[in-house]
Amino acid sequence: MQLTLWSYEGPPHIGAMRVATSMKDVHLVLHAPAGDTYADLLFTMIERRAARPPVAYTTFQARELGGDTAALVKETIAACYERFKPQVLLVGESCTAELIQDQPGALAQGMGLPVPVLPLELPAYTRKENWGANETFYQLVRGLLKARAPEPGQESALRHGGERPRANLLGPTALGFRCRDDVTEITRLLDAAGVDVHVVAPLGASPADLLRIPEADFNVCLYPEVADQACDWLRRTFKQPVVRSVPIGIGATRDFLDEVARITGRDTSSARDPIWSRMPWYSRSVDSTYLTGKRVFIFGDATHAVAAARVASEELGFTVVGLGTYAREFAREVREAAKRYGVEPLITDDYLEVEARVAEAHPELVLGTQMERHIAKRLGIPCAVISAPVHVQDFPARYAPQMGYEGANVLFDTWVHPLMMGLEEHLVTMFREDFEFHDGATPSHLGPGAAPRDAVAETAEGGEVSGASSAGEAPGEDEGAGAGETVMAWAADAEQELKKIPFFVRGKARRNTERYAAERGIQTITVETLYDAKAHFGR
Amino acid sequence: MSVTPFAAPAQPQGCAVPSIERERGQRQVFCGLSGIVWLHRKIQDAFFLVVGSRTCAHLLQSAAGVMIFAEPRFATAILEDRDLAGMADCNQELDRVVAEVLERRPDIKMLFLVGSCPSEVIKLDLGKAAERLSRAHAGRVRVLDYSASGLETTFTQGEDACLHALVPHLPALPSMERSLLVVGTLPDIVEDQFKRLFNALEIEPVHFLPPRNAESLPPVGPGTSVLLAQPFLGETARALHKRGAALLHAPFPFGIEGTLAWLKAGAAAWGVAPERVEEVAAPAVARARLGLERQREHLAGKRISFLPDSQLEIPLARFLQRECGMELVEVATPFVDRQLMDAELALLAPETRLTEGQDLETQLDRLRAARPDLTVCGLGLANPLEAEGLRTKWSIELVFSPVHGFDQAGDLAELFVRPLLRNELLKV
Repeated sequence: MQLTLWSYEGPPHIGAMRVATSMKDVHLVLHAPAGDTYADLLFTMIERRAARPPVAYTTFQARELGGDTAALVKETIAACYERFKPQVLLVGESCTAELIQDQPGALAQGMGLPVPVLPLELPAYTRKENWGANETFYQLVRGLLKARAPEPGQESALRHGGERPRANLLGPTALGFRCRDDVTEITRLLDAAGVDVHVVAPLGASPADLLRIPEADFNVCLYPEVADQACDWLRRTFKQPVVRSVPIGIGATRDFLDEVARITGRDTSSARDPIWSRMPWYSRSVDSTYLTGKRVFIFGDATHAVAAARVASEELGFTVVGLGTYAREFAREVREAAKRYGVEPLITDDYLEVEARVAEAHPELVLGTQMERHIAKRLGIPCAVISAPVHVQDFPARYAPQMGYEGANVLFDTWVHPLMMGLEEHLVTMFREDFEFHDGATPSHLGPGAAPRDAVAETAEGGEVSGASSAGEAPGEDEGAGAGETVMAWAADAEQELKKIPFFVRGKARRNTERYAAERGIQTITVETLYDAKAHFGR
Repeated sequence: MSVTPFAAPAQPQGCAVPSIERERGQRQVFCGLSGIVWLHRKIQDAFFLVVGSRTCAHLLQSAAGVMIFAEPRFATAILEDRDLAGMADCNQELDRVVAEVLERRPDIKMLFLVGSCPSEVIKLDLGKAAERLSRAHAGRVRVLDYSASGLETTFTQGEDACLHALVPHLPALPSMERSLLVVGTLPDIVEDQFKRLFNALEIEPVHFLPPRNAESLPPVGPGTSVLLAQPFLGETARALHKRGAALLHAPFPFGIEGTLAWLKAGAAAWGVAPERVEEVAAPAVARARLGLERQREHLAGKRISFLPDSQLEIPLARFLQRECGMELVEVATPFVDRQLMDAELALLAPETRLTEGQDLETQLDRLRAARPDLTVCGLGLANPLEAEGLRTKWSIELVFSPVHGFDQAGDLAELFVRPLLRNELLKV
């Protein structure tokens, strides 16, 4: 048993739903008890989809358990086919149905429906949402295309005969982070590089479209969390090369174009650094100097987290102080990246652990999911969302890709906006004791309505834990325990001076000063000790 | 006669009530776990630990995630492969998780172990676990259990199951004493309004279930008269009756008519004349009339359909028809508890189309054919119906908002007015 407050991923059948909902002319029959229909609201409310997900639930109840749930499965499948006439029928089960072992997939296959029926194995007690999406997409691609697998040496027979090379974009799904806009942006990028997009899947594709996948020259694995199995199988079976660079950020977009050039043998430089790519210049402009060394904590799915770390470090000049993912399947990629930035990788789907690690790292910016938005809010740290799971506000009406050159522009705006502007920060540092211009004040461009950080920062610092209030509890206890172990005495003026240090580095300054004093046998920390320690450790 | 033992169902007194059509098929409604979203806020020192799957955690997060930014007083103990394969002893695992919860939340006085579909199917005995844990943590926390699985409960029924679990733990009302017990989660502000009204009628003491904290469990006994504030609490009512309480039959306190009749039922049990109720309620009724008048002009003559969801459908339909002048196209509800609903059904026009249960697709076909001005439905269906040009009202908002009593009658009507007004307002 695992104690869970908030979870990063749903069960695997939600992943299957994401694939089905992304597509046209596919229907999913889900053997599931009545309450499991809640999942529809993820798509219709959070993503504001205008149509119901193409999912028919058996919605069995207790009274059916004693009777014939298998008959209910067959009734549901028959009614679903009759009404929706899908080109492909997916059949899966949720956690409860897995336990009663009706084997709906086998039942469906025995019904002699005139369309392909694809049974899905979605082990609800060992796997999670992204795995379910990945597996469903792979099974769909393989199920539809395996009969067309060519004899060795014959694979080119399926290729299109057109002039320009063609690419499939694989991996974008419903409920994915900014998938809709990424597809537009990458289509535009490839077009500028002289490459046409052939099939986008699963988002917007029909089963007939999947059948056309082998006609393209190569596949772009846009979201490995969803598409890496399918891409690998297509590479092995149809000898389609895979572009694996995920074009998030300027450097990665350039790598992506280089990889496309290698695969197609074409010059893609016409697509490089278009005039509307403003991020490199914005980052070099003097106003951005204040971004240098900003401490950033990054957590999300592996692809977005690794990409964000590179952008933060190489393209904005931040310091990565934490990097992690909830996606254990992709832990290796995150571990490798963490090594590059000299941080301990955080591989966990325990929200409480992430919260503790964020508090410990004292970041000035958090890049994460909806959950890290909660964490950052409680700790009073600016935050931008970079990865699923996200909430309704992260499906913006405007065009806001993460990928390609426009994506990089978007990253600059959304990550820099929550931070205090350059000169404002200097003024706050200079006049720290101004009663309304202190470090607890919210950046003025965020307006007077935004909550001041004072209270939260003080809780984290002073370790004042109120038992009844839940806010700030974990970090409060953490800090409190740290402060409790202190044997070092602080002179009143030194304590006062410490308070003038911005709250997000105050904890570190306290620890460093105490360590410095302890190593030198200093009994009472004075203002002098504080500055000696500062000089000793530098920044 | 208003004091009727609940076990003896009142017969409709000769008046025609609508006939009920039963449907079976795909349902589109939350399971009882969703009740945790409001219950954990109402009982402020209670914690709800769902023993279930990742799906349960995901449901709670999806249903509640929009609303809760503080650390929630609920969590899920997610069953894993090793629990199911018998490699781990589920009871030991549960003890460990409960200890973890209690360590993290020292302020918790009452812990509910909440059963789910998977825990029901593997027949995990949470009743035994609750007894064991209550003994282990005696003096520190009371551990209770109930099942909110989608196999047995739908949406608001989860509250019924939770309150039902509380009934055996309610202290006994001393014999010779009487009390009025209002059952069903109400916003604190509405509770206080009702309390003031009852006190003005010299009806005291008035207790509420669920209580605001674990320490103030209301007493129950033969001197207790029970008024249900919510129409989905049949099992709780029957359990209270077994402890000697008498159930007062009344419509539910929505709108002026419902609230007045509900108060009169309480008053009658105390021997207070209905005229006195009208006298005491007069200022509140006048305010409510004023508030309703403004909303009525937008609602009168408009056609409305209810999809089965919150169990509030029948009383709300009665209110919208009789006090707001709306035309009822179809009133569908997950299930009809005749014992609870008789007083409401008697107020509905006999020709009202009443559906119990659901067959989603055929129901949507009917809806598309009828094209009412407003459809009350769950969150999953609202946007797709809007996209088809139908105006909707999410039923979950009716469960979360203060809508009972006189001073909320106008607000309740306004919830239905808003989508209509918005539709007139928008030029995009």
